[in-house]
Amino acid sequence: MTLVRLALKSLLSRRFTVGLTVFAIALSVALFLGVEKLRTGARASFADTISKTDLIMGARSGSVQLLLYSVFRIGNATNNVSWQSYEELTSRPEVDWAVPISLGDSHKQFRVMGTTAAYFDRYKYRNGRSLAFEQGVAFDDLFDAVIGADVAQTLGYAVGHPIIVAHGLASFTEHDELPFRISGVLEKTGTPADSTVFVGLDAIEAIHVDWQGGGRKSGPATTEDVIRAMDLKPKAITAAMIGVKSRLQAFGLQRAINEYPDEPLQAILPGIALQELWEIVGVAETALTGVSAMVVATALLGMAVMILSGLNERRREMAILRSVGAGPLTIAGLMLTEAVTMAAAGAALGIGLLYVGLLGLRPWLDAAYGLYLPLSGLTQKDVIMLGLVLAAAALVSLVPAIRAYRLSVADGMMVKV
Amino acid sequence: MTNQPPALTLEGVRFTWPGGKFGLAIDAFNIAAGEAVFLRGPSGSGKSTLLSLVAGITTPQQGRIALQGEDLTGLRASRRDRVRAEQTGVIFQMFNLVPYLTPLENILLPLRFAPNRRQRCGVLQAAALDLTRGLSLPDDLVLSASAGTLSAGQQQRVAVARAMIGTPPLIVADEPTSALDNEARADFMALLFQQVRASGAALLMVSHYPTLSDGFDRVVDLADVAQGMKAAA
Repeated sequence: MTLVRLALKSLLSRRFTVGLTVFAIALSVALFLGVEKLRTGARASFADTISKTDLIMGARSGSVQLLLYSVFRIGNATNNVSWQSYEELTSRPEVDWAVPISLGDSHKQFRVMGTTAAYFDRYKYRNGRSLAFEQGVAFDDLFDAVIGADVAQTLGYAVGHPIIVAHGLASFTEHDELPFRISGVLEKTGTPADSTVFVGLDAIEAIHVDWQGGGRKSGPATTEDVIRAMDLKPKAITAAMIGVKSRLQAFGLQRAINEYPDEPLQAILPGIALQELWEIVGVAETALTGVSAMVVATALLGMAVMILSGLNERRREMAILRSVGAGPLTIAGLMLTEAVTMAAAGAALGIGLLYVGLLGLRPWLDAAYGLYLPLSGLTQKDVIMLGLVLAAAALVSLVPAIRAYRLSVADGMMVKV
Repeated sequence: MTNQPPALTLEGVRFTWPGGKFGLAIDAFNIAAGEAVFLRGPSGSGKSTLLSLVAGITTPQQGRIALQGEDLTGLRASRRDRVRAEQTGVIFQMFNLVPYLTPLENILLPLRFAPNRRQRCGVLQAAALDLTRGLSLPDDLVLSASAGTLSAGQQQRVAVARAMIGTPPLIVADEPTSALDNEARADFMALLFQQVRASGAALLMVSHYPTLSDGFDRVVDLADVAQGMKAAA
């Protein structure tokens, strides 16, 4: 009978406590691997917030700031980009397409973004996926609005519903004279598009006709008919998404924008800015990994305690093994084998739990949080981590193993229990 | 038999447990090959200490202990474990069996540590069943029962089979009948003798029941061979 078989039989004879211990290890391993999957998934989802856009142009500030307000709609632009500069720069030969965006207004807690209908074709996320309409179509009329999935869900809006856009971000003053009508609702994307109200660029101009320098003009409100007859070409925009004909030209165009003499402008490569931003956000992921590693350590310590507390009851068994010729090292080896076997069983069960959990939670995570977790195999890092779990199990079980060694040397063949 | 080395030799042995609470001094004690010796002594007289020394689990500070001519003293601990496995079979008072193994697995346990004994067995299961049949244990009980479900008498008989498997030259029994009632005790002793004699092994049985000494070649009082030393330090 080999040591491993002896260890297995011994573990099987205590299947209840052993089972609980293995389950605790399995849960901790599943948690650790799950956190790892979430981490890489979150990072990938984050990096996938915008794709296929070569440059984002805005007023000169920081690249992370520009990314935050233009893509994530967090914070505000310090300055605008004049329509003239926009037209001039985007008429350069290397520019394939350009979509202007104009921010600064809100509806309830959601940001309103003025753009052109081209946005719905040009904005891509998650490896080039396009926005899709769950209901309705892109805006066609001046007072049409398209809303993201979260807006629709939170406010209970559907196509045809009227909505009122507020000037500024806090809804003190509402442009209640000019109600918009919802023309389309977007499918859930897991990107900031979900919580955005989209209107035409000219609509942004339209709602500011009666506003000047942040205050409302005196006198009666301009009527809809008059507005419709006006020239609503914007004077300025907040930022613009730009695609170039060849990716190599992105750097040249970026330099041209950054060095544009008439206005302090800036262009960023979204991928690089996203990475910079992740370095700021990503501190939390390290903390998360640390916490889940502690959970694994706790489970392994629990196992060591379980073996240790069982030793006294097993002194008889150890004495028998000694009497038939087992050395104290064999006894210690038996404890070690039991520990590593439990840890291995725990790790295997943990992997199983991870994939069962992943299969079950994946659609929900994607729908609710826009967190897309690919159903991938274990990474090399995961495998190394599992190896570390086994090594740590062997390490913590040295405590009961050494105790067993001492007991079996001290007891010899005599058992006082 | 006379040309065979003695199954057990102790010469000038001085041993004190760590802490100096109890010790044992044995000037000379031998068991010839195939000899059955009954060692009598009250509890606390040092029987267990003597058995630990004989099995090589503890080593004396002075003197020589040899099993079948092979010197235990001066060997590395791992080597002593091996010699114990090869040369002795041990029967305890009670709870002899590893509870999570079947009787058969219990019987074959020493062979993992004693390759020579394993070789002598030939087909392991057949060798084990030969022994258990001789000890009136039904085959299905030996093969499939869990050791924990056996009666005390059955457990002691399985322990005999384990001690005897692969015919080690010395069987050491420490009060092997104390868990048995009178009738079972007589049966057990008869079976033990029968098996030991058949294998030609020497037997060292320690007990404080003088009535069990029938049939032994020699009855020795522990007090005559060993001097207990109490609280010397």
